[in-house]
Amino acid sequence: MSRQIWNIPGGVHPPENKKQSQKSIVKGPLPKQLVVPLQQHIGAPAKAIVAVGERVLKGQVLGEAIGFVSLPVHAPSSGTVIAIEQRPVQHPSQIDGLCIVIETDGKDEWAELSNLQDYQSLDRKEVLQQIRAAGIAGMGGAGFPSNIKLGLRPDAKIEQLILNAVECEPYITADDMLIRERADEIIKGLEIMAWLIQPNEVLIGIEDNKPQAAEALQRATKDTKIEVVVIPTKYPSGGEKQLIQILTGKEVRSGGLPADVGVVCQNTGTAYAIAQAIHKGEPLISRITTVSGEAVGSKGNYEVLLGTPINELLAFTDTQLGKAHRLIMGGPMMGFSIHEVSVPVVKTTNCILAVTANELADPAQEQPCIRCGSCAQACPASLLPQQLYWFSKSKEFDKAANYNLFDCIECGACAYVCPSSIPLVQYYRFAKGQIKIQEEEARKADHARERFEFRQLRLEQEEREKEEKRKARAEAAAKKQAEKKAAPKPPPTSAVATPGTGNTGEIGADDPLTKLKSASASAVKRWKDAEKALKTAEANGSEHLEALGKKVAQLKEKADKAKAAFLEAKKNPQTPNNEQAAQAPAADDPLAALKKASAEDFQAYKAAEKKLAEMVSASDADITKVEALKQTVAELKAISDASKKAMKEARAKEKEDIQNAKAAADPLKQLKIDAAIANKHVQKTKKALTLAELTFKEEPSDENNTQISTLKAALADAESLAETANNALTQAQEA
Amino acid sequence: MAVLHVTSPHTHKPFNTGRFMLQVVWATIPGLIALTYFFGWGTLINVALACLTAVVSEAAILKLRNRSVSFFLKDNSALVTGLLLALAIPPTSPWWLTVTGTVFAIVIAKQLYGGLGSNPFNPAMIGYVLLLISFPKEMTAWLPAAGSIEQTQWTVAETFSAIFSSSVNGSGIDSFTAATPLDTFKTYAGDFEKLESSPIMHGALAGVGWDWVNLAFLAGGLFLVARRIITWHIPVGMLVAIVVCAGISHGIDSDRYASPLFHLLSGGTMLGAFFIATDPVTAATSNKGKIYYGVGIGILIYIIRAWGGYPDAIAFSVLIMNLAAPTIDYYTQPRAYGHSKPVSGAVKKD
Repeated sequence: MSRQIWNIPGGVHPPENKKQSQKSIVKGPLPKQLVVPLQQHIGAPAKAIVAVGERVLKGQVLGEAIGFVSLPVHAPSSGTVIAIEQRPVQHPSQIDGLCIVIETDGKDEWAELSNLQDYQSLDRKEVLQQIRAAGIAGMGGAGFPSNIKLGLRPDAKIEQLILNAVECEPYITADDMLIRERADEIIKGLEIMAWLIQPNEVLIGIEDNKPQAAEALQRATKDTKIEVVVIPTKYPSGGEKQLIQILTGKEVRSGGLPADVGVVCQNTGTAYAIAQAIHKGEPLISRITTVSGEAVGSKGNYEVLLGTPINELLAFTDTQLGKAHRLIMGGPMMGFSIHEVSVPVVKTTNCILAVTANELADPAQEQPCIRCGSCAQACPASLLPQQLYWFSKSKEFDKAANYNLFDCIECGACAYVCPSSIPLVQYYRFAKGQIKIQEEEARKADHARERFEFRQLRLEQEEREKEEKRKARAEAAAKKQAEKKAAPKPPPTSAVATPGTGNTGEIGADDPLTKLKSASASAVKRWKDAEKALKTAEANGSEHLEALGKKVAQLKEKADKAKAAFLEAKKNPQTPNNEQAAQAPAADDPLAALKKASAEDFQAYKAAEKKLAEMVSASDADITKVEALKQTVAELKAISDASKKAMKEARAKEKEDIQNAKAAADPLKQLKIDAAIANKHVQKTKKALTLAELTFKEEPSDENNTQISTLKAALADAESLAETANNALTQAQEA
Repeated sequence: MAVLHVTSPHTHKPFNTGRFMLQVVWATIPGLIALTYFFGWGTLINVALACLTAVVSEAAILKLRNRSVSFFLKDNSALVTGLLLALAIPPTSPWWLTVTGTVFAIVIAKQLYGGLGSNPFNPAMIGYVLLLISFPKEMTAWLPAAGSIEQTQWTVAETFSAIFSSSVNGSGIDSFTAATPLDTFKTYAGDFEKLESSPIMHGALAGVGWDWVNLAFLAGGLFLVARRIITWHIPVGMLVAIVVCAGISHGIDSDRYASPLFHLLSGGTMLGAFFIATDPVTAATSNKGKIYYGVGIGILIYIIRAWGGYPDAIAFSVLIMNLAAPTIDYYTQPRAYGHSKPVSGAVKKD
């Protein structure tokens, strides 16, 4: 062997126990029922495309692939679909999986198959599609869809294609026997894969404990460029990353894929299945499974239909279930305990072990870790298992992750050698699970926080906008209010409404006086400006005199109103000390305004009339001007009349309102309160009197006597008042 | 069906902590024989007494701690602690010295820290240092080795008398003891005449008797390495450090500083290198870390031997490096598969 091989760190040499099952491949049973899980691979489960009651033929598609990382499943034999339901499947968490149950008819009738003749003349994609359609997943254990692994980007340069024939797990001889008996088919499959990915070299890695298989491979590859590399037996040399290191010296980057370092690694069984799929068109419906363990009568390798329940297979191999202490799917180093004997064989089931208690003893009680470091010496990934253990145990997951917990391949070498029988792998699985949960939670929390923050931001913005709008509205309202107060003729309806809502004046004016003052000032200014403009216009003989005159008059009115309102407000007390006082200015205010407005309107009218008279008397008077003034006068008269009317109406309304308000106020309640106050007063006075009497009893003096008599008088007054109030209340109640 | 449901791996190497510890016990046999040959029955009696004390005190404290006595005694770790302490103290030590040291080692240094696997300091060395500081006279009272001129050969009865009544044939122990080669060298360092005239300094390779004792422990240590109970890293690191330090000093001033060979084969060097410093619980764990740890011990031993107040320094050096072990571990992690460089230091908080 000229090729250089590299050593991997660590590793262990558990008893191989392979001899027992190194027997020729025997066709497995044809069970009455086949339970075909829709998920036998990594990725999305297949989607059932058959219906209950439908007859299916061997090799017919039962479920089709959904998405890129997914594979179809096929009927392993002919028969009738009797159920599509959740059944126990092999799962580390003992979760059931959706399965298609076929009642076999014993005919084992094939569906029509279509193979690919002369695949080399076809497009790569077509061949990959055929592999996908055959439902081929990595048969070493992970079950990754093979077409994806082989369907690399065209620019990806693969240096080595490695066929993994190491089979380093104890007991398992499925690949060993498959190679011995069907090496040619395997090489055909390997050649298809080599054609697909065009590597620089094709290597087959096989351990030196399988000399016959190695020889068979040598024979089968005699006329090819494929190189068979025999490597020293050491567990876990068959790990993908480990085999790549042994054969190429390359290390797959942590978290990366073998293809990143120019390597593609495929399992022996996969190569065989690909050859079957391309050359014969047969989908993956059976596999070679080792059945071994002391409880098994006929240990050996069986070509088992996928979907065969384990108990059927065990019965077929004369297994004494009573003797079996443990049932394991896979090897003793990395296999899973079978929790339910009806679980089916799937694409990744390379071994079923039924071992006795003597064979694989119960795990001993866990002793304290003495940091002996045996685990670190055994770790093929050069981790520090004892540190990972301490961190996992103390739930310091960040430290465990920092110590490269996720580079652990869970090969079990550390736990195998641990003198304290610590189930190390279990601790790592726990820690990995917890870290994943934490990451998921952190991700969710981040997401929630972002959403919350965004929402806060949005709400704040909305609030700001609302506030601005509100402010704008309030300003507008205040302005309007001020204008309204200054308005020449508040519409009667508004005048009616105002007294009823006595607090409108208070709302609009956080400082009404200032506002009114400024409103008045600005109104006066506008009026003055307008007058000036009018004068200029008159001097210039403008055509718009008429309009200007009108405007001046209006502005003057407004200015006067504003001034009046300001003065009025100034006069009125801002903090009314009783109810009536509070109502009074509110009620008076519009009325006063109306009064003023009416008076002013009348004045304006009179002034305009006077002006008109002057104008008419002037000889050089312009006809249009006179007409305009006439018009103005008429308008002003109308305004004046309207405001007078409004004022009168408002006055009448106010009287009515006051009466209404009094009537509306609950008299009973008021009376009750009055009565209560009076009664309280009586009691207070009584108390004071009693106290005074007590105090002054000892030393009666004129002064004291006067006080007491005063108190007595007050008491009498209070009593009479209370009596009145009570009487009034009683009467009201009776009424 | 009542089948066992456990996670992988389903198989386990037929080996446990108890057997691990027993391997250490067997590996001390050559050294034990050498000590007995050169220093009489005292060592054997001490070993028996210390082992008994260790197991009894371990059982008592386990009982007090409500732990399963039989389960934890099966790990044989108390046995090893007692054994190593007994091998380190003089063969003529009075019985109470052995008992005090062992009880302190087991109860205080080991169990009060949480028992096996949880103690930060090597329990045997804690016991040894307690005795050395508290009872310096008894702890330095070594008989001259067989083969040196002032040879003393005690019978078993005489040895028992020495240990349990501190006198042999009416004479105090003091009248029989002599300085060890390391003591002698420390006393006469730089005085070539005195060193030459001390017969104890002229054994086949180093000090009389001690050279063979050390070679015997070396043999036992190599057995441990071969059985993969320990790795070579700590002993090699420690011994190389001693050789380098001693070599440099000896090269500069051969009168004042002893030769590397003398250092390697004197006192507790080999016992320390293969049996004491390699205590897995208190040592560094990564291979690289073990080398640093061993080198640290070797340098400290040499410094204390050459310039310190004690003739030997295994215990002090080991205890000091015990303190450093966790830190060493932080910075000496191996490069994991698929990583371009090793992780170093504590978790980076980002």
